Amino acid sequence: MQTFDLAAEGLRSLNATLQAQANETNQTGWDIINPRGSHAIAVGLDAPIEVHVMGSTGYYCAGMNKQATVHVHGSAGPGVAENMMSGTVIVEGDASQYAGATGNGGTLIIKGNASSRCGISMKGIDIIVHGSIGHMSAFMAQSGNLVVCGNAGDALGDSLYEARLFVRGSVKSLGADCIEKEMRPEHLELLAELLERGGCDAKPEEFKRYGSARQLYNFKPDNAY
Amino acid sequence: MCGIVGLFLKDKALEPQLGSLLTDMLITMTDRGPDSAGIAIYGAPQAGHAKLTIQSDTAARDFEGLAERLSSELGAPVTLTRKDTHAVLDFPADKATETRAALERLVPGVRVMSAGESIEIYKEVGLPKDVAARFEISKMSGTHGIGHTRMATESAVTTMGAHPFNTGADQCLVHNGSLSNHNSLRRKLLREGVRIETQNDTEVAAAYLTWKMREGATLGEALESSLVDLDGFFTFVVGTEDGFGVVRDPIACKPAVMAETDQYVAFGSEYRALVNLPGIEEARVWEPEPATVYFWKH
Repeated sequence: MQTFDLAAEGLRSLNATLQAQANETNQTGWDIINPRGSHAIAVGLDAPIEVHVMGSTGYYCAGMNKQATVHVHGSAGPGVAENMMSGTVIVEGDASQYAGATGNGGTLIIKGNASSRCGISMKGIDIIVHGSIGHMSAFMAQSGNLVVCGNAGDALGDSLYEARLFVRGSVKSLGADCIEKEMRPEHLELLAELLERGGCDAKPEEFKRYGSARQLYNFKPDNAY
Repeated sequence: MCGIVGLFLKDKALEPQLGSLLTDMLITMTDRGPDSAGIAIYGAPQAGHAKLTIQSDTAARDFEGLAERLSSELGAPVTLTRKDTHAVLDFPADKATETRAALERLVPGVRVMSAGESIEIYKEVGLPKDVAARFEISKMSGTHGIGHTRMATESAVTTMGAHPFNTGADQCLVHNGSLSNHNSLRRKLLREGVRIETQNDTEVAAAYLTWKMREGATLGEALESSLVDLDGFFTFVVGTEDGFGVVRDPIACKPAVMAETDQYVAFGSEYRALVNLPGIEEARVWEPEPATVYFWKH
């Protein structure tokens, strides 16, 4: 296990060090101490390493992640795991606005609540939130899965494309072209796997599924599922 | 982009450190707003006394002998404590209107930064660390305070464009965001006889709250109605003689983090601003909800 003191060694040095780790690295475990709400911690990683951030982070933690597991032992500021490609990002506390925005792949697990615009324009990422999410979440979400064990705020899934949204609690309001859909066996199976991956104490049967009514965008039958 | 910090103390033992804690928070927010900075500090009011914080670009000339001249105009004792370009005038509370009128008559170029019984506002153009140092904010004690670092978008970088804005006796407002209906609202408020001195959007928000409260609203009600009447982006933090409040617009794209312990309630545009507060590791930390008015009082 490597320990990196962000307050002593600085952000550029941290990201350069982590980005230099290759696929076959022996240094697979990293603890980052004194994050103190800094921006852009552990961004652009591309190796199967496990990074533990020992405190809360500021803007854009774990952005553009590939392969790595980034575990935030605190809360995350705006844009956590933005544009993630693969790997896993876990936030023990809450996440601020636009968590997981534009993510192409990988898994984002938020153990607390996420605020507004969670999963905005998501493109294949799986986002699993133990708590609740704020307004305008999954706006223009294209693909991937958003699982919410708590409640969703206003305008969920506005202008939605083909992302699947699963919410256990209440939805304050649905956005344009987002509707409740039937939960078929294949969705229950998918959700069971997502809940297990997210470490959620919840049953798939307790959730409702929401998706696109496909009236707003120029729908092609090939997109159907 | 701008930075906001606020600290409301519950524990009296921290009061001597209010200025130094707020200064540290303010400097952390420098990269959100490096062009100007300001801070409002609420100290213990003295019974029967009121204060004006005044500012002049030619302070040496304007403040020289000013206390004596005001004293003889009013027939009452007036003291002046100078801090760089600012000074605090202390006078009998029942002479507040006369003092302000006499000040305008005697030294028309002098600007009033704040008026009230416990508030003092210091603000200038420059880096937050330099502004805080000029006014020795870190040596100040008090019960609560609000600070702002400005990155100007809606009006010029001037002393009068810096925040906080004094909205009424012992009230102030700071703002992160931009208002899009401030010109029409300014015209309306001017017709209502509300005093507005700059082209700044935030001053219009401050004047709006003053007007609402003049019409009988409480601060909480005025903040609620700002959600309807103000168009644009805002996170506001307001201060009053005994408390402070927070409200964000319904879109809530301007960031905000709050922390509460047995000793204090703190506000920061980012968590970074809060990391040096005592006991922050055990604090309840959360993001204030959109379109929701929060308020704490002593």
